[in-house]
Amino acid sequence: MIRVKDLAIGYGTRVLMQGLEFEVPRGDVFVILGGSGCGKSTLLRNLVGLERPLRGTIDIEGVTHFAEVGAPPRFGVMFQSGGLFGSMTLWENVALPLQTWTALEPQAIDVVVRSKLKIVGLDGYENHLPNEISGGMKKRAGIARALALDPPLLFLDEPSAGLDPISAVELDETIVTLNESLGMTTVIVTHELQSIFKIARNCIMLDREAKGIIARGDPRQLRDHSTDPRVLRFFNRQSTRSGAA
Amino acid sequence: MTAPAFRIDRTDRDGSVRLAFSGRFESTALAPLWSELRSEMLGSGGPFVFDLTGASAMDGGSMALLLGLKVELESARLRVEVVGATGGVSRLLAILGNAPPKPTLKGPPGRIGILDQIGQFAALIGSRFAENLTYIGDVTASAARAIVKPSTFNGRDLGRLVERTGADGLPIVLLINLLVGVTLGIQGAIQLEQYGGNIYIADLVGIVVTRSIGPLMTAIIVAGRSGAAFAAELGTMKVSEEVDAIRTIGLDPVGFLVLPRVLALCIAVPLLALFADVAGVFGGMIVGITSLDLSPDNYLDRTRIALELRHVGTGLVKSLFFGLAIAVIACRRGLATQGGAEGVGRSTTSAVVTIIFWVVVLEAIFTSLFQVFGV
Ligand SMILES: Nc1ncnc2c1ncn2[C@@H]1O[C@H](COP(=O)(O)OP(=O)(O)O)[C@@H](O)[C@H]1O
Ligand SMILES: [Mg+2]
Repeated sequence: MIRVKDLAIGYGTRVLMQGLEFEVPRGDVFVILGGSGCGKSTLLRNLVGLERPLRGTIDIEGVTHFAEVGAPPRFGVMFQSGGLFGSMTLWENVALPLQTWTALEPQAIDVVVRSKLKIVGLDGYENHLPNEISGGMKKRAGIARALALDPPLLFLDEPSAGLDPISAVELDETIVTLNESLGMTTVIVTHELQSIFKIARNCIMLDREAKGIIARGDPRQLRDHSTDPRVLRFFNRQSTRSGAA
Repeated sequence: MTAPAFRIDRTDRDGSVRLAFSGRFESTALAPLWSELRSEMLGSGGPFVFDLTGASAMDGGSMALLLGLKVELESARLRVEVVGATGGVSRLLAILGNAPPKPTLKGPPGRIGILDQIGQFAALIGSRFAENLTYIGDVTASAARAIVKPSTFNGRDLGRLVERTGADGLPIVLLINLLVGVTLGIQGAIQLEQYGGNIYIADLVGIVVTRSIGPLMTAIIVAGRSGAAFAAELGTMKVSEEVDAIRTIGLDPVGFLVLPRVLALCIAVPLLALFADVAGVFGGMIVGITSLDLSPDNYLDRTRIALELRHVGTGLVKSLFFGLAIAVIACRRGLATQGGAEGVGRSTTSAVVTIIFWVVVLEAIFTSLFQVFGV
């Protein structure tokens, strides 16, 4: 479970968000919503330990200092652009965490890698390089790599942004299936709505001007019952425009 | 040109000016008429009514011109009303016209004056210095880790890296050092012939090439080839979040990416320098044979006598440090990349420039050290 208290994030002297408070219960699919450029990726980078909070604490399963180099990762992360290693095949990308942190024999690693690729529908693409596959496939490969060590916690940055509608729907289904079958806590950052209603039970909505959370709860409830004009504007804008990242 | 598909009719009534827009407006057709209309309006006293009832369509540019005029008139304290918009025109008006545009958040990216640049540079040096020290500490620490526990070393790329930086660079290193040997030979021959010391051309070329020019030229070539490649590679990995991904897998980017490259150049650069020595001597020999009437045997015998192990050895020691510096600096610049494609370009440029600077500084330091210690 993730517990965030009085968190302020930003770069240098520039504060993007402040006073953030939220909790993500174990097993939940939790969505962080907000317009482009409001600081969603920055929040995610703080959560996974790639940036230091300007203030406040992030507590993940009782640990507040994490992402130290030289220790096995405590969670899987898929980056906005996939973050695949361009010089490695998909197989090698997914195998790297396993080779680094497990004592599995090569044959066993092969079995695990193939199963991860199969979970995200990329079986057969083991020997493809990242530049030989489409954007949606890169994101799925990124998820496969994030899943490599079967982490209890998965962070995904804009999984469906920039994908064609069919790939986006497929990816959403993959995420829901993963959560249901593996029960891992999943934190998703996105500015797209089509997927949210399908996958999220819980969300927070960030706002650039307010520099904080302007709404929280079940996204369907928010859409149907919120009276905050900023929240309504977000939902309306999203339902009339689709797809674009 | 076809007649414009629109009209603008002016009627003055009760002291107010009414402009009736009708037809389909396209900014390309509207533009030639606009400046005249604009100065006419700015010259008349308001209030104004812009009547769009007859406008069946308007493109974004026409609407922008119209609203721009409205803002101008309003800032001259004249009242402007836009009425009668329907359909697509009213939707466009709603997007562009409802609220005044937000003020520009920051000025255009200014041309920075030379004094500012110097000031910024000075301010940067301090923080850069600390960061660079940290980085060198990181490299040393992960090198120590790899020595204590070789399994932490990422050896999978090493062979490929040595091949790319060393073997692939061999032809150009050979060619350039051959030409350098020829140049040195010709320059030397002109002087030596005056004193009848033709045979000493072998000493001159052999010693200068192996002690100094060979390693130096090699380092500069490697800086341009591999230094630039490392900075661009790591810079691209940085901006495409690959470096972040390495960290979230629990690996150390310095150990994983920098160390193999450092080791690769520490192997490749001395080897290349050795080949450079051979090419340079060969270049000198060509001059000796063709213009100083020396036989190949003569030349090579003299080279054997003149070239002591220490000459070649000092050159190779220097090369080792050149390789180290090239890799460390190039990777540092790559990992410090910010921004997108442009940032990668900046890192690459600055890597090559910084490397060449430090290679020359190292050359000077080593030359004086070897001088002092008599090697
Ligand atoms: N490394 C960085 N240094 C400084 N500013 C940054 C950096 N990364 C992002 N930003 C700025 O922070 C803001 C939020 O970025 P980001 O978190 O990526 O937004 P989002 O993911 O919500 O689209 C943007 O204005 C961006 O320019
Ligand atoms: Mg983002």
